[in-house]
Amino acid sequence: MRELSSEAGASDRKAHTRHRRGGRDDMAVPPAEFRSYYGRQILKTPVWNWMIAAYLFSGGLSAGSAMLAAGADLTGRSELRRVSRLGALVSLAASMYFLVADLGRPERFHHMLRVAKPSSPMSMGTWILTAYGPGAGLAGVAELMPARVRRTWVGRLLGWAARPAGLEAAAVAPGLASYTAVLLSQTAVPAWNEAHPYLPFVFTGSAAASGGGLGMLLAPAGESGPARRMAVAGAALEVAASRTMERRLGLAAEAYQSGRPHRLRQASEWLTIAGAIGAVVGRNRPVLAASGAALLAGSALQRFGVFEAGVASTKDPKYVVVPQRERLTARAAGQ
Amino acid sequence: MSDKQVGPAGNSFHGPLADPAANAGYEEHPPRVGFFTDTSVCIGCKACEVACKEWNEVPVSGEGDGFNLLGMSFDNTGNLGANSWRHVAFIEQPGKPPVDLGMPEIEAKASETVGGMVGELPDFRWLMASDVCKHCTHAGCLDVCPTGALFRTEFGTVVVQQDICNGCGYCVSGCPYGVIERREVDGRAWKCTLCYDRLHDGLEPACAKACPTDSIQFGVLDELRERAAQRVEALHDRGVTEARLYGEDPDDGVGGDGAFFLLLDEPEVYGLPPDPVVPTRDAGAMWRYAGVAASALVGIAVSAFVGRSR
Repeated sequence: MRELSSEAGASDRKAHTRHRRGGRDDMAVPPAEFRSYYGRQILKTPVWNWMIAAYLFSGGLSAGSAMLAAGADLTGRSELRRVSRLGALVSLAASMYFLVADLGRPERFHHMLRVAKPSSPMSMGTWILTAYGPGAGLAGVAELMPARVRRTWVGRLLGWAARPAGLEAAAVAPGLASYTAVLLSQTAVPAWNEAHPYLPFVFTGSAAASGGGLGMLLAPAGESGPARRMAVAGAALEVAASRTMERRLGLAAEAYQSGRPHRLRQASEWLTIAGAIGAVVGRNRPVLAASGAALLAGSALQRFGVFEAGVASTKDPKYVVVPQRERLTARAAGQ
Repeated sequence: MSDKQVGPAGNSFHGPLADPAANAGYEEHPPRVGFFTDTSVCIGCKACEVACKEWNEVPVSGEGDGFNLLGMSFDNTGNLGANSWRHVAFIEQPGKPPVDLGMPEIEAKASETVGGMVGELPDFRWLMASDVCKHCTHAGCLDVCPTGALFRTEFGTVVVQQDICNGCGYCVSGCPYGVIERREVDGRAWKCTLCYDRLHDGLEPACAKACPTDSIQFGVLDELRERAAQRVEALHDRGVTEARLYGEDPDDGVGGDGAFFLLLDEPEVYGLPPDPVVPTRDAGAMWRYAGVAASALVGIAVSAFVGRSR
């Protein structure tokens, strides 16, 4: 990286060479696209590890499932309701684990609850999760009750509360599915920050595709109609937003279109499109289940791809220097 | 909070802000203080790095015992981070003759030798600069901190409360300068406090105190800005036309820095972003896009059920 991009680094070495030889013939500095300090990165690489990428997926899956569960509940599809509520519960539990375990001081997770700060998307997300969690949790637990418990007064109360709880969770779910895009974008990380008009659509599309995919994977074929329709529409939104993003981003698109992030997102697109086709043409359970699994995998890979593109964009100073320098040049020309 | 001063867009997330401490809710407070780092007189002694470490008990930076040769001139610190709150950058540039910066006269002129000890004066120039947290008017780290651990002090500086920080790492990605960092062994975020403890006792920060050439000047920000403008003018008069200020402009992307610099080349040569912007500036637009995307999700879910029996 240093050899490629750093004029300062190059001049450093030239200076030493010249000093020793006393000659002047090796003074020419190779033309550089931009200047930097020894090619070193300017921004800090995010400290978040794979668990945050996994949370982007599990949070979206939980939101998509909660919405599907509420619809299934209201339209009398009891099996789709059951698997979706359970999916929302399990992925919510996974989300909470990922979020707490990734902290530098996990035992202080509750410090998030001492403020509500509109300027911090993470604080807003904390409160969105706080609003979402009890409803999704209660609806999920209601599905887990054995018949023996169901007959007790606690069981009857839970059974009665499950619908309002599930509806409440579904009402908050769109916030849960979309805020994570703001969480990433409101950083100095070039590939996340500059993608802020597109990431929310990638993420909500991905959430719908994964929620629908889980319904297709687990619910009987006869009840999977809404799951399939949600998955297809979500997949279409995700793929369209993702492609628009890559086309319209300037230099930052390179972070999405090269290396591991590119491979992850390429695989994500294939799986998502294959899953969506399966959702449209599939008639029997095995095909629908396989398509659902493909949609889930596609959604997960999308999140990891976006996450890693951001990480990559902090490691090369060109993503910072080149667009900012262009901005300054344009401003100077405008004056 | 009712009479808080706001930027041109009617909010306090970006743009010029005359009094960040008042904006943060302090009714009576001392004037805003900061650093003016005049890199034209920096001699690269790293006394600032040492004084900072000593005073603030900052642990060893880098791998192992910290004695790492990075191959970047005399810079063996590398960058600002959890364990380096001052960082002296060293840049060696060819082909530019030394300029008179108003420092005490050096006896040896070019091509003159003194007792065989001094050879030809080098025809490259040193750029040395002591970097530090910018204590931004609109601080990305402070804006995104979800626990309130990062706060605006009565001096207008930005400080982490270590008993609150839970190491979420959001500030690390929120800083457009790449300053604040999570300390590995400790799990919490650390950065320059502008010696908050010393300020309370009326002392200047340790780095400024230790700086032998007054390259690091501490003071009331308004006075520092005046002094810096005069210094740039003086250098321009002497023919040092490349002298420019970095971070002093309240109209820049972070509303101006509490710690600003006089540089002799483009900021990126020193490892500084040329036009940093606080990510919070676009928060409104980001939430609006998210709102539209959330509505689209509602539409997708509702249409999956409506009017269908299967």
